[in-house]
Amino acid sequence: MSQTKPYRVSHLDALEAESIFVMREVMAEFERPVLLFSGGKDSIVMLRLAEKAFAPARVPFPVMHVDTGHNFPEVLEYRDSRVAELGLNLVIASVQEAIDSGTVRELPDGTRNRIQTPVLLAAVEKYRFDALFGGARRDEEKARAKERMFSFRDEFGQWDPKNQRPELWSLYNGRHHPGESIRVFPLSNWTELDVWHYIAKEQIPLPSIYYAHEREVVERAGMFYAVNEFIVPKAGETVETRTVRYRTVGDASQTAAVLSEADTVDKVIDEVAATRITERGATRGDDKVSEAAMEDRKREGYF
Amino acid sequence: MSQAVVEPEAPPARQMDLLRFATAGSVDDGKSTLIGRLLFDTKSLFSDQLEAVEAVSAARGDEYTNLALLTDGLRAEREQGITIDVAYRYFATPRRKFIIADTPGHIQYTRNMVTGASTADLALILVDARKGLVEQSRRHAFLTSLLRVPHLVLCVNKMDLVGWDKAVYDKIADEFTSFAAKLDITDLTIIPVSALEGDNIATRSEKSPWYEGPSLLHHLEHVHIASDRNLVDVRFPVQYVIRPQSTTVTDYRGYAGQVASGVLKPGDEVLVLPSGLTSKIAAIDTADGPVDEAFPPMSVTVRLTDEIDISRGDMICRPHNAPAVAQDVEAMICWMDETAPLRVGTKYTIKHTTRTARAVVRGLQYRLDVNTLHRDEGAPELGLNEIGRVRLRTTIPLLADEYRRNRTTGGFILIDESTNRTVGAGMIIEAS
Repeated sequence: MSQTKPYRVSHLDALEAESIFVMREVMAEFERPVLLFSGGKDSIVMLRLAEKAFAPARVPFPVMHVDTGHNFPEVLEYRDSRVAELGLNLVIASVQEAIDSGTVRELPDGTRNRIQTPVLLAAVEKYRFDALFGGARRDEEKARAKERMFSFRDEFGQWDPKNQRPELWSLYNGRHHPGESIRVFPLSNWTELDVWHYIAKEQIPLPSIYYAHEREVVERAGMFYAVNEFIVPKAGETVETRTVRYRTVGDASQTAAVLSEADTVDKVIDEVAATRITERGATRGDDKVSEAAMEDRKREGYF
Repeated sequence: MSQAVVEPEAPPARQMDLLRFATAGSVDDGKSTLIGRLLFDTKSLFSDQLEAVEAVSAARGDEYTNLALLTDGLRAEREQGITIDVAYRYFATPRRKFIIADTPGHIQYTRNMVTGASTADLALILVDARKGLVEQSRRHAFLTSLLRVPHLVLCVNKMDLVGWDKAVYDKIADEFTSFAAKLDITDLTIIPVSALEGDNIATRSEKSPWYEGPSLLHHLEHVHIASDRNLVDVRFPVQYVIRPQSTTVTDYRGYAGQVASGVLKPGDEVLVLPSGLTSKIAAIDTADGPVDEAFPPMSVTVRLTDEIDISRGDMICRPHNAPAVAQDVEAMICWMDETAPLRVGTKYTIKHTTRTARAVVRGLQYRLDVNTLHRDEGAPELGLNEIGRVRLRTTIPLLADEYRRNRTTGGFILIDESTNRTVGAGMIIEAS
């Protein structure tokens, strides 16, 4: 821990201490926790916190990737190397497999964010996970701003915003009946900037797409989408090479890049500190559907 | 919004500290406007958020951009124009990161105010200068003292609507100060503001030359919180025992937890409760290596020189400074459940530090009227949002301090054993 004066605790140290406390509470009180790990920066930070919470022991729970099949190859590569490095058990809940076996149906627009939910819930049921760590932050979106650190979900994985358990002091109520579960958000109180400061402080490597690089993109509704197997330029769209980076990593058919020259962590921090648009607003086509898009998805069992 | 924007002096510092504050007041007091103003003036409001709020405001026919829409995140809240739940907001200046627990002010929401206040370093209460103190302001001040939030700020808002009349401000300030004197409030700051016009929010306003105190933001940035922590009484509730099953690390046994209070150092003699065994601290580990001392709110792993049986729920403290080991507990309880009241004779699950037990309600001494502070000794039960003094008996001893001395080892929650809902929040007065 870094200190400038005796008994001083920086905001990052305080956030880290809180997140570690939450992870240890879960490990002590639940039977089968799992950590949602997508290879995105928030889940990478969360995994680092898990590593620190239980050191010198290994991370004592498996990680799960709800794989939409719409991936950035750099992110999958990162996921696999990190899992190997920490000796973790990786569970993959595959949306493609669920589509192939007919348990979920592809949406007409081909996006897979929404159909992740039944795949996630099936995996929770199959492995009987009772606590699921997610990397969501309250600064991301206003429905999330009202969600608890320990978010109770019924047997259908649904969030009921009007029926949340009060959360006082650092006393978390994780009690649940069989089939019910708790979503746990250790990064609730972190902001995008906090995450980046922590990545810098801990020198955490990230998938390269988080840093500025040249890429072929098309512009749609003011957002820049990489041209790849999921995003095919439509008639009238011009493919151009731009210097971009990703602020978030989600379904590759839905996640846009931002124009950026920030190719180091310090430059990214300067950029994030100066930006005037939220990260989801800048990069996620799926959140623009309605005012309550996130709330609706959470009610269905989404993270 | 017009007022000057605070420019970050430098790239955000990595050595900021953290201040958590709870806001209370209703929409009419301008609470959401005030929060919107703080976010806006510290450049924490994003243009897409503002655009979304402007679009919804325009569609609803609001006369001005309704910043309440920024915090009202749920569909029902936007449809009904009410705030249901605690919303957490974040902003930072080069000196501090701030976490706002924005709690709705209406009477039904004592529960939410108590929740937000439980972790707050500071409480911010708003009154409308035209209306003066109302029942709700007194209730919020009382809850702030009940939860022992160390710092209280009263913002006398809408000063623009009373022509920045010093007499109006003085009357409210005097009245509030004399009310606060009856409560356990240690630090009170009163600031005249206009949230709508941004006066005395980020910078001192020229419209109140008679006011010599700080702007709200300056106060939030500089209020001294480092001494609020209890660094005297060593309390380390054991969360989890770390025993690596590995060939490279053998014979490691560490007690993981977050320091609740006091300062722990290697070599210190310690007492472990409830066993009463003593040992010495061999090392204090973190993933970044051992540390020379641990203090709140650090999460660390403590190793002892002796092999003694310690598990989750035990407490490491000092031989001559230990909490009570108690099964009989007197506490103030705020009831939080709408489905069933607290009744004498009922059993609940109690969570206190890292310890979980069962508790039976042995007696209800009185119910407190949070507006008049009148004690009703004949009350048969506590309903939703009611507060009263209760006697509990627990199945196993709690390792407890008075809440006034230690918010972490003095607070507990009650859980309904059939529904698993969190139904009560308790603050220990006496444990024996």
